[in-house]
Amino acid sequence: MGRNLFQKVWDDHVVRQLDSGQYQVFVALHMIHEVTSPQAFGMLKDKGLKVAYPERTCATVDHIIPTDDQSRPLSDEMAEKMIQVLSDATEESGIEYFAPQSGSQGIVHVVGPELGLTQPGMTICCGDSHTATHGAFGCIALGIGTSQVRDVLASQTLAMDPLKVRRIDVEGELPPGVTAKDVILHIIRLLGVNGGVGYAYEYAGSAIDNMSMEERMTVCNMSIEGGARCGYINPDETTFEYLKGKEKVPAGSDFDEAVERWKSYASDADADYDDIVTIQAADLRPTVTWGVTPAQAITIEERVPSPDEVDGLEKNLITDALDYMQLEADAPIKGTRIDVAFIGSCTNGRLSDFEAVAEVIAGKKVADNVRAIAVPGSEKVDKAARAAGLDKVFAEAGFEWRLPGCSMCLAMNPDKLVGSEICASSSNRNFIGRQGSPTGRTILMSPVMVAAAAIEGRVADAREVFELTGAAS
Amino acid sequence: MSGISKIVGRGVYVPGNDIDTDRIIPARYLKCVTFDELGPALFYDVRFNEDGTSKNHPLDAPEHQGAEILISDNNFGCGSSREHAPQAIQKFGLQAVIAGSFAEIFHGNCTTLGIPCIVMDKDNREKLVAAVQDSPDAEIIIDLEALQVICSNSIYPMTMKESAREAFLAATFDPLDNLLSATSEIRQIAEKLGYA
Repeated sequence: MGRNLFQKVWDDHVVRQLDSGQYQVFVALHMIHEVTSPQAFGMLKDKGLKVAYPERTCATVDHIIPTDDQSRPLSDEMAEKMIQVLSDATEESGIEYFAPQSGSQGIVHVVGPELGLTQPGMTICCGDSHTATHGAFGCIALGIGTSQVRDVLASQTLAMDPLKVRRIDVEGELPPGVTAKDVILHIIRLLGVNGGVGYAYEYAGSAIDNMSMEERMTVCNMSIEGGARCGYINPDETTFEYLKGKEKVPAGSDFDEAVERWKSYASDADADYDDIVTIQAADLRPTVTWGVTPAQAITIEERVPSPDEVDGLEKNLITDALDYMQLEADAPIKGTRIDVAFIGSCTNGRLSDFEAVAEVIAGKKVADNVRAIAVPGSEKVDKAARAAGLDKVFAEAGFEWRLPGCSMCLAMNPDKLVGSEICASSSNRNFIGRQGSPTGRTILMSPVMVAAAAIEGRVADAREVFELTGAAS
Repeated sequence: MSGISKIVGRGVYVPGNDIDTDRIIPARYLKCVTFDELGPALFYDVRFNEDGTSKNHPLDAPEHQGAEILISDNNFGCGSSREHAPQAIQKFGLQAVIAGSFAEIFHGNCTTLGIPCIVMDKDNREKLVAAVQDSPDAEIIIDLEALQVICSNSIYPMTMKESAREAFLAATFDPLDNLLSATSEIRQIAEKLGYA
């Protein structure tokens, strides 16, 4: 019996089994940021410890940084302090820090791949649940808490239980207007927000094979929303082509050697899985959320569910979600008026996301009732988008083009919903209060669907608004 | 660090499935460089209106003041990896969480901080909740060795992740000292994989 990628990476990186039954696992790459990591440096100091492997650690700032004016000191004193604490700690410990205006700052899960820090076969950790994004490269990438950030800083290892592996095959060709975001929203809807607990998700099948690296990152990014600790895709030529020439990737014959090593991590054809799920790509449609968890999702062609359809606790969940979202049961989601449109985040804030939207919004205008913002995922994304004139296309359509950061995905910076505003968002969470207002509402969707909603002023079918070939009648 | 084999205290029930860490601690409270001040922010937006008046959340009910054991439903702690969530639970004065199931990162964070995550099935949880609501002063005993929860003369079966149970009993739930004791093995792996 062969091994799957998870087992191969695990076997390589396990240091030993601990008495508790957990394993001590070496961390190949540790990424830190200003919100969940500064406290860990304080914990190290308290114990008189130092960073063990600063060269395997890197830092940036993303969660709290403003996207309109990043001049220092920041007007938010606590935000300024958090960034300063991180910056000082990295300097003291010899950790590479991608500071604002360095040309390399950005959302940690955008920065790692675009610099080539993320490489196949690695174990990667970060104090952020969307670390699974790096799994797109064939990594075991885990979100961790601050005490574990401390553990990794001090020892470059963490204690964890092994995971089961569920392979999710998405077979066939995606219909027009259906994106990687729709694929992952569908998977979460199908398997539930806790369906992945105890599992790593391996995404496979021809629809995944045909995706670009940026699309694969979108899929892996939301693994945690399905309860899976991580998600990954086997490395292939698409992966190696993406990595070739990246700043932190070996060049020349070293690159060829690296590719051979990377290839060896891909799951064997006869690998064993704890579960296999198959999805037909042809069945997928543009998908949006209607409730307050990412699994509360429907296609744009469907109606919002009714509590009358179910019994027990499920009934309460639907009733409560509809109350919060101020949506009517059994009504179409299409046509729901929106106030805000947000394109960005570690899920959908990469160059190809802005390219896809620019292609369809050129010459169109955001509706008068909508505040629309586009937030590039990194300084590199921003620079490339500007070089291609995308910022102008967005601005002419009525979007504000902002500076890089997490922005309105979690609204720790000034980008927030106000009151019960409702936002069409390309981010990853529609939890109650997620976008900065305790009563704010979020509808998750793909960037192209956000663009359609922004232009119509209502949740809309991008296939109709932009006349994408093959739109359903 | 000493082991944890029993948690004794009063219970408080916060109902709901899929209670996420944004709800447990809203993102604006993540602006801090230590976790010390997080207790009062626990569940803030579900406990208080925007003008600061109470929404009469169970945590604020007079009969549940000083409760040490939080009881909830399925998939508790889903979402963000923020350790601020279990830190807020602990700083608020809660020492253990009983739920139908837990999200994984949250579970790991709780374990490291010494907060046992106890899994109890729906029937037993409903009985326990009824007991707590009938007599909020009733003492709950969580016995990690016997895998039992005892309240008002009833015994309820519980489960928990075996590695976490071992770690609580052996006082190794904070794994750092253990991890640091393998420095040379760590170095060997790093060199073998070309990481050092």
